[in-house]
Amino acid sequence: MHSSLHGASNSGSSQSSETAQQVSAVPLREHNGGLMTAVKATLVRDLTLLLRRRGEVLNPLVFFALVITLFPIAISPDPELLAVIAPGLLWVAALLAALLSLDSLFRSDYDDGSLEQLLLAPQPLAALSLAKVAVHWLLTGLPLALMAPILGIMLALPAGSYAVLALSLALGTASLSLIGAIGAALTVGLARGGVLLSLLVLPLYIPVLIFGAGAVQAAIFGEGVSAHLAILGALLAASLMLAPWAIAASLRISING
Amino acid sequence: MWAFIHKLGSPKWFYGISAKLQPWFWAAAALLIVTGSLWGLAFAPADYQQGNSFRIIYVHVPAAFLAQSIFIAMAVSGLVFMVWKIKVADMAAAVMAPLGAAMTFVALFSGAVWGVPTWGTWWMWDARLTSMLILLFLYLGVIALRGAFTSRDSASRAASVLAMVGVINIPIIKYSVDWWYTLHQPASFTLTSRPAMPTEMWLPLVIMVLGFYCFFIALTLMRTRSEILRREANKHWVQELVAGQVVKVPAEEAR
Repeated sequence: MHSSLHGASNSGSSQSSETAQQVSAVPLREHNGGLMTAVKATLVRDLTLLLRRRGEVLNPLVFFALVITLFPIAISPDPELLAVIAPGLLWVAALLAALLSLDSLFRSDYDDGSLEQLLLAPQPLAALSLAKVAVHWLLTGLPLALMAPILGIMLALPAGSYAVLALSLALGTASLSLIGAIGAALTVGLARGGVLLSLLVLPLYIPVLIFGAGAVQAAIFGEGVSAHLAILGALLAASLMLAPWAIAASLRISING
Repeated sequence: MWAFIHKLGSPKWFYGISAKLQPWFWAAAALLIVTGSLWGLAFAPADYQQGNSFRIIYVHVPAAFLAQSIFIAMAVSGLVFMVWKIKVADMAAAVMAPLGAAMTFVALFSGAVWGVPTWGTWWMWDARLTSMLILLFLYLGVIALRGAFTSRDSASRAASVLAMVGVINIPIIKYSVDWWYTLHQPASFTLTSRPAMPTEMWLPLVIMVLGFYCFFIALTLMRTRSEILRREANKHWVQELVAGQVVKVPAEEAR
């Protein structure tokens, strides 16, 4: 299992499909790789790949900062007005930044054929795609959540809501990554799936947006935030449970079609 | 039971049985909608608060009912297609999507028209309007995804998965929008606070809802039949059928 995953990732598209199939045929017979080994291998591989392409990790963060810069310019630099709309702006901008990074989630794996290797692997595809989504969140959602308080200062976000902002974004972007991965898996086989992806995914993002932005609002007004955060957690639990199966089914459709 | 399901899965059998069912549903739809509209628009008493403008309810509510039901029907068809590989289920799902989007649009539009006399504005970020709008986007997503694939089988399966994902999300979206609405807006404009309707007002509404459902079933049967003909165009029975119906000479020459 190890060898096939690393082999596919290192050599990329230069490897012919024949040798790729031969490599994958070995672990199919041996069955020596357990589920945890495969998940760990996928995690390590995706982390390595993404860390080598720093631009892809940084782009959503730059996009987030840029979009936040646009609002004071377009609306008003008045701190009082900005403070009122800051929670919603930060959440919408972070959501769009996360959406922007989704298209590349399976794209390069689809192009170089390593996605097919994942499908051929004896381990359940749902678990392996969950590992891929986890890496995506770790390098997109989490940095966005950590960066949001800084942009919050620039938007004059009232004190006392910064921790809630980061926490709600960290919890929320995990659900966003899981839900978005379904859309990314459905559109990965299409030549121009980018716009379609946002059409598919954005309506499904609305509950997360409501409770995420709601948590920050509640923190500003001094109300209890635990209800909002608990619902964000519940949404995450539900998507953790259901999304991997949908992602796996969608990947199979995209590969076979 | 299983034999019945397998028969249902055969496009040819479905084509035959739907031809028999279709006229009944059309007749029922026409009868119910004509009765319901006449009763609702001309004979039902005017609302003591909203006057005659409340009569939009006789189009608005049935359309809103259908908009939600069609999505569920589409997702169930998608599930049936994914599990049992019944092609007819996918054809039905394919023709249902534009119908559902149209019904959602009708519900939204009639809601906006209704909003002018009651709320004094075309659009309010009311919880039900908002979730209806999101439902419209979900429909458009399913239609767009189906259209984006070049392979029909992939398109069918992708649209089925998306419809199922959507149907799981619809209640979540609905409840979160309700929550959002109660947090942000005072509940001063909701129509739920209206007193219960008298019988002569809701009876035509029930008739209209039933009529819309019959209309939907009839239209789905009709469009599924043409979808069957389109997708099975190279099958023997379709060619025989078409040859038998239109002109016999060219078909025989072709053979």
